[in-house]
Amino acid sequence: MTTGLLFALTGVVLFAAGAAALLLVDHLLRRVLAFNIMGSGACLVLVGLAQRNGVPDPVPQAMVLTGIVVAVAATGLALALIRRLHAQTGATTLPRDGADND
Amino acid sequence: MIEHLTHLALPLLILLPLTSAALAFALGPGRGASLVIASSALQLLLALLLAATIGSAGPSHHAAGGWGAPLGIDLVADGLAAAMLLLTQGVALALFVFARGYFHQDSQDADHWAPAGRYFWPLASFLVAGMNALYLSEDIFNLYVTLELVGLAAVGLVASGGGATQTAAALRYLFAAILGSGAYLLGVALLYGSYGSVSIAALTPAIAASAPAVTTVALVAALLMVTGLLIKSALFPFHFWLPPAHGGSPAPVSALLSALVVKASIYLVLRLWLGPLQPLLAPFAWLPAILGASAILWGSWQAIRAERLKLLVAYSTVAQLGYLFIALPLAAASTTGVAPVAIVTLQAVAHGLAKAAMFAAAGIILHATGRDRVSDVAGIAERLPLTLFTFALAGVSLMGLPPSGGFLAKWLLIDLALAQGQWWLVAVIIAGGLLAAVYIFRVLRQAFLNLPEAEIEAEHQKARVVPRSAEWAAFALAASSILLGIFGGVPLLQLVGGSV
Amino acid sequence: MKRFAVSAAALGFAFWLISALLNLPATLIDLRPLLAEAIPKSGVAHPVTAVLLNTRGYDTLLEIAVLLVALIGVLIAVPPGNPALSERPATADDAMVPALARLVAPLAVFFAIYVLWAGAHRPGGAFQAAAILAAALVLLHLAGLTAAWSAPTLRLRIGLIAGFLIFLAIAAAPLLGGMLLQYPPALVGTLILVIESGLTISLALVLAGLFLLLADRGGVR
Repeated sequence: MTTGLLFALTGVVLFAAGAAALLLVDHLLRRVLAFNIMGSGACLVLVGLAQRNGVPDPVPQAMVLTGIVVAVAATGLALALIRRLHAQTGATTLPRDGADND
Repeated sequence: MIEHLTHLALPLLILLPLTSAALAFALGPGRGASLVIASSALQLLLALLLAATIGSAGPSHHAAGGWGAPLGIDLVADGLAAAMLLLTQGVALALFVFARGYFHQDSQDADHWAPAGRYFWPLASFLVAGMNALYLSEDIFNLYVTLELVGLAAVGLVASGGGATQTAAALRYLFAAILGSGAYLLGVALLYGSYGSVSIAALTPAIAASAPAVTTVALVAALLMVTGLLIKSALFPFHFWLPPAHGGSPAPVSALLSALVVKASIYLVLRLWLGPLQPLLAPFAWLPAILGASAILWGSWQAIRAERLKLLVAYSTVAQLGYLFIALPLAAASTTGVAPVAIVTLQAVAHGLAKAAMFAAAGIILHATGRDRVSDVAGIAERLPLTLFTFALAGVSLMGLPPSGGFLAKWLLIDLALAQGQWWLVAVIIAGGLLAAVYIFRVLRQAFLNLPEAEIEAEHQKARVVPRSAEWAAFALAASSILLGIFGGVPLLQLVGGSV
Repeated sequence: MKRFAVSAAALGFAFWLISALLNLPATLIDLRPLLAEAIPKSGVAHPVTAVLLNTRGYDTLLEIAVLLVALIGVLIAVPPGNPALSERPATADDAMVPALARLVAPLAVFFAIYVLWAGAHRPGGAFQAAAILAAALVLLHLAGLTAAWSAPTLRLRIGLIAGFLIFLAIAAAPLLGGMLLQYPPALVGTLILVIESGLTISLALVLAGLFLLLADRGGVR
């Protein structure tokens, strides 16, 4: 097994763990962490799988840099909104499903 | 000259809104309306030009950077993309005119600190840029970036409502959006790992000729991408984030999101499902159709039960989006007659126009009454006749009554289902129309209630003026959704039908 | 129940995908030789930079739009007119912290310029340089030397978008005779350097803004 493939398999595990946590945890900061783990997993798969034959591939490496910047943007926005919600309601979790519908 | 302009239309439809967004931001909070509106008008002309050229000369290509796929990123516009671009520019232009009136009105309100209009213009312009880029992209990784641009801009617009409910709705939307795009990105990573390219043109033949060892990974990738996009499209049961986000935002934002933004990810589902992923996903085509049928019934039922006017309109979106998915299995099986994709596009355009008009009308009504219960629209027929007419016209299209665009689309859908012997789909489409009639007449009945003289007087006292330009912009959208059925349907069907 | 179902689904998914990946054959398309051929024409020697700013430069253009959208979103989430905004934070009880920050910040600028320059032929480039500059700005704030940001002034807003506008202009200019972002071969190296320099400044401000617009507000630290 090459290191590239090992990275990809690790990425799959990280993605699955992050996605599951995103669905399971309520605390908003933990959800942001979960999303970042999930995103890192996807990026590892992108880079690792492409160079599973041991030769580096710059194309996915550049794509991952783009993906990281996008993740930074989403994380920043999420943190700002979480702080806003905390300032407005004191809550660190979202209201139960549907409670903000009316 | 015209030929050169068409060649430029593809990149300009992306560069113009990006530039006006950046400049509107530089101008400062609340500024930039004229710039963004002027840019939208120009974009609408370009989209018209593009549609005319594609109708006569076929799809248009543009290789960004001059490299060409698979090394570079290609922009491609076919009939389907041109139709969506036309819808986007047209609805956006009308809604921007509406928004200028709406937010101008807002800013005279001293106690109203809600920053709703402060950053509307740059964000809305970035949103349009993202959607245009999405419709034109031929590269599944580039599509990921456009999805994020659309998603984050939409979340920012939802949050601009300013209240705690809006912040919560924005967060709920954000988590749904990033879960969806995360799944999509892993799908892209797996496809690149399996085939070595992210260009749709390169992937389509490669997937069709996959070796068995590759098929499993490719199937996981396809399911991840489609599931991620369905979460973003709010297809039942992934619709949980849509009603609070669409129902709680400022009216121009609700209208943009409901009329346009959800269509972008649905477009991508159709494009990928009926394109490169077709060989992998063919056995699953009934799944979105069943979910779509459930969406029609569940969304309509929730709209009938909703107490708040805008929540009613938002649940109507959940229902109407269902129609876009029930044609998926029909599309794979159909060989003759009107192309199913063209019918779906017609429904998307009809819904886009009608829903933009309805949210705008609902916004004007809420503004005038200051309250948002369905029961509060009582007596509105006398005070805002034009806006109520707008609401009713939009309702005609959503119910699918002739001669509206919604009627034509649903009629063709029924025709298609009958031709393939799918009776249950016919039943769902008809039931959806009847249920829509129930929730729309619920509002109209209230609006025509006569209030006692004294109450009318009191209502007039506190009535706030909504600029006429906003009322007419909403009316123009509703009128277009009707005219689409009379004049626009056939050219649209030809434009899209010829391309896919 | 939900916990069990989701965890089981995630585990099942991971096993299914890993077992499929272990048998994945090599791809039929390989971009590496194509890219190797393109690099001499790309204006830079480092392949990742060539992809980021040339062959897939269009991705990067949109990605900067994403960052700007996030920044605007943060501005929306920060209510205007918060009185605690323009005061300096009094975090630094220890005299060492501000003294060290004064020393590190100029070095960070120096280092950022090096990283920007290095991007043409080795790992580096605009984003890395911008991240270093942004870190210096954050450090100055945490050391109590600069204030948190309130709603941006005209000058700051121009700084935030200048890099993006330069990139847009250079992307659009070739449309007069060619394709979006199709740099003229004679100028390609220079143009990429201009784009990267503009982006370094603007992205540093955007990244710092994501932190400094939220800093020290509402009594939360």
